[in-house]
Parts: sequence; structure tokens; C-alpha cells
Amino acid sequence: MAKKNNVGANRLVVGAHYGVRDWLAQRVTAIVMVIYTVILLGTFLTAQNFNYEGWASLFSRQWFKLFSVVTFFGLFYHVWVGMRDIWMDYVKNAGIKLALQFATVLWLLACAAWTVQILWSV
Amino acid sequence: MSEAVREATKKGRPEFRNIHITDITTKYKMPPSAIVSILHRVSGFGMFLLLPFLLYLLQESLRSEISYYHFGGIVDNVFTKIILLGLSWAYLHHFTAGIRHLFMDNHLALDKDAAQKTARWVLVISLALTVVVGLKLFGVF
Repeated sequence: MAKKNNVGANRLVVGAHYGVRDWLAQRVTAIVMVIYTVILLGTFLTAQNFNYEGWASLFSRQWFKLFSVVTFFGLFYHVWVGMRDIWMDYVKNAGIKLALQFATVLWLLACAAWTVQILWSV
Repeated sequence: MSEAVREATKKGRPEFRNIHITDITTKYKMPPSAIVSILHRVSGFGMFLLLPFLLYLLQESLRSEISYYHFGGIVDNVFTKIILLGLSWAYLHHFTAGIRHLFMDNHLALDKDAAQKTARWVLVISLALTVVVGLKLFGVF
């Protein structure tokens, strides 16, 4: 295997390089969520007469729909990175681990589709 | 196992295992940074489990005026409010601990004393924010 790479016989390049990509994605999505959280938390804490009209009018704006859907997709990617870490750390059996990771991906994809449905229902 | 890993064990190098969740209460001393770290994981896992509940609440709150009243009925319940308060804490802890991570990624407050100090602040700020959200949730202001 060492012959296949060009970094010398003593260095073995391993891995699919998804480590750095996922690490960075976790950070980028976190920053998006921080901004979104500040807006929503501010809305929640300052709201006086909390009613459907006010709540729905915030979500009926196109820019907020898009901001929401981007944040939620980011959230699901973030959840994937975190949940994968948890399964990798605590589940030792490779078969069960793979099954749990597979289930997590499918579940998060379903949640993403559901989110689109919710956001565009208003 | 890759060749590199096999080589390492052959040479008798120390093997660093992940600390199991059951070890932390008995085997290890837990400084503030360790408490923040494990709570970051616990809160993240908890929110993952309750994700469908939150999406359901969002759906009912947005779909129509009728579903909004349904949403109001679900939320106007002490049991639901306690769950939501727990989720608020989970979110706010994850949020503040995450911001601490972002600072540390940029090599800020990395030394031992500073890291413990910021960990304490994470616990204080997240609990304070949870109290504020809780007061709003239970209709105090």
C-alpha cells in the first residue's frame, strides 16, 4: 500500500478526509444557528401578545422561510456529525453501529423533507 | 484496522481509549470543563431524540389558525412546559458551550485556568438564560 502514494515509504496516508470537512461543517452550521437563535429568542422574549398572526407573518416572509430552511438543513448536518460521533464512541459492534448510522441518516433526511413541508405550509 | 494502527500497538505504545459514559461518574475527577463537555453531548443527544416532538409543535403552530389553537392546547400544560423547559436548557447549554468551542478553535482561552473559568461561565450563563426562558414560558413576563 505504501508504494501507491508519493509521500514516502514511512508515511501512510489513511482516511477518507471527511474528518476535517465534517469538523468545519459542524462549525459553519453552528454559526448559522447562532444567528437564527438570536433572532428567534429575541422574538420569543420580547413578544407581548403572542398570537397566530404575528407568528405566522414572521414565517410567511420569503427571506425568513429561506433562512429557516438553510438553518434547519445545517442543523440536520450538524446533528449527523454529532450523532455519528456518539455512535462511533459508544457502539463497539460494527454491524449495530452501521445500522444506527444508517437509521440516523434516513431519519434526518425525513426530518429535512418534513421541515420543507412545514415551512411552506404557511 | 489500518497498517499504521497495527504498527502502533505492536510497538507497545499507549493506547488511548474513549472514556465510556459509565466511567465518568466513578473513575474520573470532573472539572468544570469535563462537566460542560459531557453535558454538551447529553444535551445534543436529548435534542436529537425529541426532534420529532419539536417539529410537530412547529407544524401545529404554523399550519393554520385552527392548528395554532391545537398547539396552544398542547403547550398550555404543565407537563409539556417542563419538557420544553428541559429542552430549552439543553439548547441553551449546547449553544453556550458551542460558542466556547468556537473561541477555543481560534486558540482563545486554551490554557488550563482559562478553560476552567470559561467552562464555569458556560454553566452560569446557560442556566441564567434557561431561567429567563422559563419565566417567559410560565407567563411571568
